[in-house]
Amino acid sequence: MSASKIQVEARLWLAQRLSAFVLALGVIIHLVTIVYAVRGGLSASEVVDRVGGNLGWSLFYGIFVVAVAVHAPIGLRAILNEMTSLTSRRVDLLCFIAATFLVVTGLRTVLAFHHLRVG
Amino acid sequence: MREENLIVSVWRGDGEQGEYVDYRVPREESQTVLDVVTYIQRKIDPTLSYRFSCRVGMCGSCAMTVNGKPRWTCRTHVSKVAPDGKLSVGPLRIMNVVKDLSVEMSDFFEKWVRAEGRFHPTKTRYDDFDAIKPADNKRKIASAGIECIGCGICYSGCDVVAWKAEYLGPAALNRAWTLVNDVRDGGQIARLNAIAGDAGCHACHSQQGCVENCPKHLNPTASIAGLKRVTAFAALKGGLK
Ligand code: SF4
Ligand code: SF4
Ligand code: FES
Repeated sequence: MSASKIQVEARLWLAQRLSAFVLALGVIIHLVTIVYAVRGGLSASEVVDRVGGNLGWSLFYGIFVVAVAVHAPIGLRAILNEMTSLTSRRVDLLCFIAATFLVVTGLRTVLAFHHLRVG
Repeated sequence: MREENLIVSVWRGDGEQGEYVDYRVPREESQTVLDVVTYIQRKIDPTLSYRFSCRVGMCGSCAMTVNGKPRWTCRTHVSKVAPDGKLSVGPLRIMNVVKDLSVEMSDFFEKWVRAEGRFHPTKTRYDDFDAIKPADNKRKIASAGIECIGCGICYSGCDVVAWKAEYLGPAALNRAWTLVNDVRDGGQIARLNAIAGDAGCHACHSQQGCVENCPKHLNPTASIAGLKRVTAFAALKGGLK
């Protein structure tokens, strides 16, 4: 292994740990909010009413999306490296694409929600 | 109900060719798996090859695969692992078989060297001793991993070693971790460079197979997690090459 690859490996590990921390916290807040907010059924308009256009929630889910986009591809990278015969270069490229896909689609959703408001 | 005889299937051959051969061995009180293997060699077939030395769980030379699990045979009671009187004894997995139950352990120990598992002294005979208190935190961490007997049981049970021949494995990394916590050692940067990366601590899946198997009840997974932490901070500070 080349020397700089060691650096990359160690930093990716840290990135995955930190994003895991953010995700764990995010999932708890997300679930607790659901349990707290859902009384007598969940309707789309209620959700949009509560979350849509709220800067705090949009930021929260924005951060969540970024954490997912950091966390998941690093795990995917380890799996692909171990379980497939793809070269590590290809794997890195694939995971970069996966990360980009997650950020773009995730943030687009958050943005769309931010601009949604019930009539 | 206790059988009169144990039925013991023992691997005969080398890594490439061979088969499990059945032997009948009289059941004894407090019999260990090593006793069984010794009985076969002394009374049935003197050509059986196996390794042991201390017989009391100190030297780490008697490890074999017993009923599918890697174990120290001198301290494994037959009654515990073969209540039905059936025993299978094979060489450790992953390592090359020399003959029958003896395996080639050079790869295993070379990885200790590769993981910088040796002490780099910083003082001479003219310097004073370092005073390290038993209650010192680093000393406690080092002590938790220090009792390894180098038996190779954890290594032989680690799937990542099985998949990835260059992976240093739990024992070598555990050894490196005890030295990372030795304040007298002067080889830390070289060690972190040696143990980081996808042939080192970052390859570990943290599923604790090694912890489950280690006869000394060590926790190589925790040691490896420690190495991941320390290398991450070293990488942030640019301490890794
Ligand atoms: S925890 Fe790590 S070192 Fe231990 S058996 Fe699993 S992969 Fe191997
Ligand atoms: S860590 Fe445990 S299982 Fe592994 S070599 Fe040392 S004593 Fe044996
Ligand atoms: S013979 Fe020494 S540990 Fe078993």
